[in-house]
Amino acid sequence: MSREKPSGRRAKGGSGRSADRPVPVQLRWLAHARSGDKGNTANVGLIALEPELYPLLARAVTAARVARHFRGMVSRVERFELPNLRALNFLLHDALDGGGTISLKTDAQGKVYSTALLRLEIPVPPAVARRFRPRASRR
Amino acid sequence: MTRVVRVAAGQGFWGDWLEAPVRQVKGGPIDYLMMDYLAEVTMSILQKQRSRDPAAGYARDFVPAMERILPDIVAKRIRVTSNAGGVNPRGCADAVLDTARRLGLGGRIRVGLVSGDDILDRLDDLLARGHELRDLDTGRPLSDIRERIRSANAYLGMAPVVEALRGGANIVITGRVTDTGLTLGPLVHELGWRPDDWDRIAAGTVAGHIIECGAQSSGGNLLKDWRRVRGLERVGFPIVEASEDGSFVVTKHPGTGGVVNLASVTEQLVYEMGDPRSYITPDGIADFTTIRLAPAGKDRVRVSGIRGAPRTGMLKVSIAYFYGYKAVGTLVYAWPDAHAKAKEADRVLRARLTDLGLEFEQILTEFVGADATHGRLAGPPDSDAPEVQLRVGVRARERAPVERFTRELAPLVLTGPPSVTGFAGGRPQVEEIVAYWPALVDRREIEPNVRVEILAA
Repeated sequence: MSREKPSGRRAKGGSGRSADRPVPVQLRWLAHARSGDKGNTANVGLIALEPELYPLLARAVTAARVARHFRGMVSRVERFELPNLRALNFLLHDALDGGGTISLKTDAQGKVYSTALLRLEIPVPPAVARRFRPRASRR
Repeated sequence: MTRVVRVAAGQGFWGDWLEAPVRQVKGGPIDYLMMDYLAEVTMSILQKQRSRDPAAGYARDFVPAMERILPDIVAKRIRVTSNAGGVNPRGCADAVLDTARRLGLGGRIRVGLVSGDDILDRLDDLLARGHELRDLDTGRPLSDIRERIRSANAYLGMAPVVEALRGGANIVITGRVTDTGLTLGPLVHELGWRPDDWDRIAAGTVAGHIIECGAQSSGGNLLKDWRRVRGLERVGFPIVEASEDGSFVVTKHPGTGGVVNLASVTEQLVYEMGDPRSYITPDGIADFTTIRLAPAGKDRVRVSGIRGAPRTGMLKVSIAYFYGYKAVGTLVYAWPDAHAKAKEADRVLRARLTDLGLEFEQILTEFVGADATHGRLAGPPDSDAPEVQLRVGVRARERAPVERFTRELAPLVLTGPPSVTGFAGGRPQVEEIVAYWPALVDRREIEPNVRVEILAA
């Protein structure tokens, strides 16, 4: 279960400045991703959907934040930056229950860790949230 | 006009789409067809097949695939590079040559046979001379598993592929040559790149990485705007059009489905990536943070700016060893309370396994439809789900407990919680686990033993 609940509506009724308060938006609206494996390590490449979203991702989607997101599922997270591709690469250590042929998991090769990362919510400026998050979805 | 060499991906793994190589050869102009068959554990599967039949041990699919395209590659002067040889490249080469003769193409086919990657018979010698071959991930010494080793192969680079092409081969068959070497080899051969021109070597390596998984860079498995990817039923596999300066365009044949765009290429670039600054191959090191991508027309992406660094003195070795046994079984529980029923069935099953005194290294339960792919991130189970699949896997060093587990699933149908179905597939199968042991070895131990032979049909 995601630790943080969407709190976009909480800003309502505050002071005038609350309109500028960051709004949590799930990464699925800001990025795409692909993942794979190397032994018992899964990698997730997180790619900004638009170039202007990359700095936002680079600031908010830290190794520590991703480690918290996958708490109990991985031992350690490393992050690498690829500004040229507007992408971040994450190594999720011990994510695959042994990996390769040893693992009993459905996703033994970490193919869909990518979309599991896209569940993470990060705070973004309201204007960004309005632009990238579909109206029908509050997540 | 500057010269361009076109390398087309025909296969991204053993089991990939059988039509792809045919479409690549017939769908438009290409110079090379690159056929990658080997994943990390494939070598051990092939070794097992060879131990039963000395003529086996290579990717068998390669031969019928070649049978379908041999007339075209001869007529169009297309050359093929493939690591389909597995642990028996000679057997693979013989089978292709036989096929060529049968098709009346004797005299038109020259196979370049690359061997020397197989070091299974040399392990004791290497260990005796102080090469520890420790597991790259865990640091354990190879002596821990020496008795259980099934295959051992060093990853060769592009050099023997280049040598075979220089020798006039129109089909190059190798064992454990890197996926990227199968693309880099043709580029080095055709464009006259020096093996120590590290930027160009890196560029050709990135080109190889982009097409080595077949359609995964041309619309397959593409997440961004996936609903808008059209025509995957006739997906075009990727083609690299490389220039002398190391820049290249990724594209696909006109009229095919799928898409080549910035998103499709970027997703493939980050696939199975480690440290992007050092993508290490036997041929050199590529820095993925230097890659520049630019749209270059419909289904065309230009790739340039790639920088590289010198190769290291080590080669990676892929060792496969016997680990133990596993089995996975499933049952499907229906609404209402599907998840709760599946959970109770899991409890009953585990209690019975315990009562039987069976010992496992691990028992893993997943509820497909609830948590199988995303674990706790998926949130609490939907109490109104139409169905949930109970999926239980076990692993043990001995066969007996796993065997017994496979007989404990079906009884749950009549002796467990209600509304259960989906057991028509029968008992789960006991599988032997052959695990992967990555290591490094001094390249001077390997390269003097690499052989390239040119065999004529």
